[in-house]
Amino acid sequence: MSATESEATQEARRYLEVCNACRYCEGYCAVFPAMTLRREFSTGDMQHLANLCHGCKGCYHSCQYAPPHAFGINLPSSFATIRNESYEQYAWPPAFGAVFQRNGTVVSLVAALGIALALILTAIIQDPGVLYGAHTGPGAFYKVIPWWLMTALAGGSLGFAVLAMTIGAVRYWRGTGSKPGPVLAPAAEATVDILTLRNLGGGGHGCNDTDEGFSTHRRWSHQALMYGFLLCFASTSVATIYDHFLHLEAPYAFLSIPVQLGTWGGALMLLGVIGLTWVKIVTDPVPVAKHLAGGEFALLALLFLVAATGLLLLAIRHTGAMGVLLAIHLGLVLALFITLPYSKMVHGLYRGLALYRSAREKRTMKASSAD
Amino acid sequence: MPDLSQVFDVLVVGGGNAALCAAITARKLGANVVVAEHAPKSLRGGNSRHTRNLRALHPGPTDVLTDSYLEEEYWDDLLRVTKGKTDEHLARTCIRASQHAPGFLRECGVVFQPSLSGTLSLSRTNAFFLGGGKALVNALYRTAERLGVLILYDTEVQHLEVEDGFFKEAIVSYRGFPHRIRAKSVVASAGGFQANRAWMREYWGDAADNFQIRGTPYAQGTVLKDMLAGGVQQVGDPTQFHAVCNDARSPMEDGGLAMRLDCTPFSIVVNKNVERFYDEGEDTWPKRYAIWGRLIAQQPDQRAFAITDSKAVMNYLPSVFPPMRANSIRELAGMFGLDADKLEKVVADYNAAVQPGTFNGQELDGCRTQGLEPPKSNWARKIDTPPFIGHPMMPGITFTFLGVKVSDKARVMMADGKPAANIFASGEIMAGNILGQGYLAGFGMTIGTVFGRLAGEEAAKNVRN
Repeated sequence: MSATESEATQEARRYLEVCNACRYCEGYCAVFPAMTLRREFSTGDMQHLANLCHGCKGCYHSCQYAPPHAFGINLPSSFATIRNESYEQYAWPPAFGAVFQRNGTVVSLVAALGIALALILTAIIQDPGVLYGAHTGPGAFYKVIPWWLMTALAGGSLGFAVLAMTIGAVRYWRGTGSKPGPVLAPAAEATVDILTLRNLGGGGHGCNDTDEGFSTHRRWSHQALMYGFLLCFASTSVATIYDHFLHLEAPYAFLSIPVQLGTWGGALMLLGVIGLTWVKIVTDPVPVAKHLAGGEFALLALLFLVAATGLLLLAIRHTGAMGVLLAIHLGLVLALFITLPYSKMVHGLYRGLALYRSAREKRTMKASSAD
Repeated sequence: MPDLSQVFDVLVVGGGNAALCAAITARKLGANVVVAEHAPKSLRGGNSRHTRNLRALHPGPTDVLTDSYLEEEYWDDLLRVTKGKTDEHLARTCIRASQHAPGFLRECGVVFQPSLSGTLSLSRTNAFFLGGGKALVNALYRTAERLGVLILYDTEVQHLEVEDGFFKEAIVSYRGFPHRIRAKSVVASAGGFQANRAWMREYWGDAADNFQIRGTPYAQGTVLKDMLAGGVQQVGDPTQFHAVCNDARSPMEDGGLAMRLDCTPFSIVVNKNVERFYDEGEDTWPKRYAIWGRLIAQQPDQRAFAITDSKAVMNYLPSVFPPMRANSIRELAGMFGLDADKLEKVVADYNAAVQPGTFNGQELDGCRTQGLEPPKSNWARKIDTPPFIGHPMMPGITFTFLGVKVSDKARVMMADGKPAANIFASGEIMAGNILGQGYLAGFGMTIGTVFGRLAGEEAAKNVRN
């Protein structure tokens, strides 16, 4: 219990000391079985458990010690705060961690600047006639925004994001004090956990998405968003292969693989964002960290705009509006790439590592118990 | 503001499992039902909020219960803990009906789970609620509301107007304002009186001030007292209660299950005069945890101290409040304000009496003392490996046994031996019919569910006649 520990960490540790003697929540998610492996909780343990928490709120709504009980136990809220503090602590470069303190503002500003930058660059580089003209056929997009510029901005920002997140992952892994253990089986289990979002199943019947009743809205919405995002990523990857190796230049036909992947992916993303936003708005406000809502809504809005402008681009790509919309869309994508390591998008990284560590500890540690 | 001027079919007094099972059952039979819960919504559910499982008969393995648990074994278990202080007909009625209790609760949205760690090895006999009792309470309230039961929170029933065994109306305080609620039948599911310290003092004197109330502070016994004064037949010993050993530092009310200490079988326990007073290793903890509250309640200042060492720490569930740790027995005695010379002697005498054996924390291991009084019959290991560990203990009371007499249809019996016309009871307010003393883990919820359903059914039928 170092003096530099955050209030949320100290508070959540007090909660866990009650939880570890109660254990009614063991059936809900991975956090409680991981808790029972311990009697004492280091700062790193607290960060690990916080990142393992999916914010399903099952433990809050079933807690005999939830407010207004004197113990006032509210793990989902404290864990959300600790997660955000861990994003800040392990961000790279370290100086950038501060963006998690005002994440809504930062993500919104980057999105606005991304659009502005794309529009300004396009306007400077291209003749206005090109920007507002109708272009069709292979290479139409590159007439508006040159291929080299598109590749440099997208590749550069994504490359940096991957580098920053990789270093962040290493810093997190070391900082939370993970111990050696088996690799393959835990990795496989964590992958299945992520792909199925098992921990938002609440033990089979769903989670307390909005109140003390159970539903699977959040699980389905999150998976729609995640798989939609992956489909869009696959779309871009296939398009890159088409362009580089098959020398087929965009735009592609509606029934082509990249456009189909992108269309379905974009539609899923929209559905997911709408679902998650709805849950966030109507949910019981107590078991959440309200001060983090800005960053969460900003990211959801950014994802919504990326998907919406992508789909709109498909619809109007043969018209004179294509140029401006393409610039806006690419500006938003650029903003998303830039903020990958500095927005709630990093939760996937640390959550994945926490699931992996949890699956590993299950195999190497033994629960403390009387029976 | 709900319309309280109407005449309801059924008034259910109380808001725990027994009350909700009655309300839901009556509503399903078409009755117009109102539930009067004393607590606010956030603390609703009485002691059910702190429960975790119920004990259910099952002829074969189910998805949440292993093996089988049949009537005769269930009855034997009950007979053993109550030492015969039970009503065999009511008990067997309850045991038989318990087979269908998990199914009924599941229909009400309650989710069960296989038992995991920290559950006193009850997976064969007891079905566990996923998330515990509050999750069960949440599910029952949602079901009741969906079916159209009117729920009144912050509503204290202060008096039932009864004339010749016939209930007419209830005087209530609804959100602080006086009202009358009229109903054709009433189900009393308002629990025991354990949280009423003034009443407890009548039997226990000053000791009652040192009893921690594990459950809801709303168990004031107002309805129980009112019914007994109104000519209802009494059952159960008013001085008896179910109690466990709690951490002495727990809140005096509503601390719930997590305040319980499970260290006893792996410790020696002394009172404030530094004297041992009972065999800590007499039997497995699931069979003994329920007697220790009462044992401690009978000690001076209702205080006890469990003493053990670092070897034992991982043998029992962690306590919420960290134990005292010291490098010597003398230092530990100082932390507790106990006579250090005496504690050193008690530990030394105990260590000298420990016989060689192979320790096994999971079962009766026969590691015992020789020539010690009282003996420690199992899990006796020398206390010799610092840091030495100490847990301060106080009694934590779960519920009282005093109740109202009921028939096998949950109908309340009047003092003159006649059945009441339209008064029924379920839950802790009538558990004393079956539990004269002692306790079986999860049996309170079984009684509540079984008699709640019976009371709801009979109350609804009563309306039609």
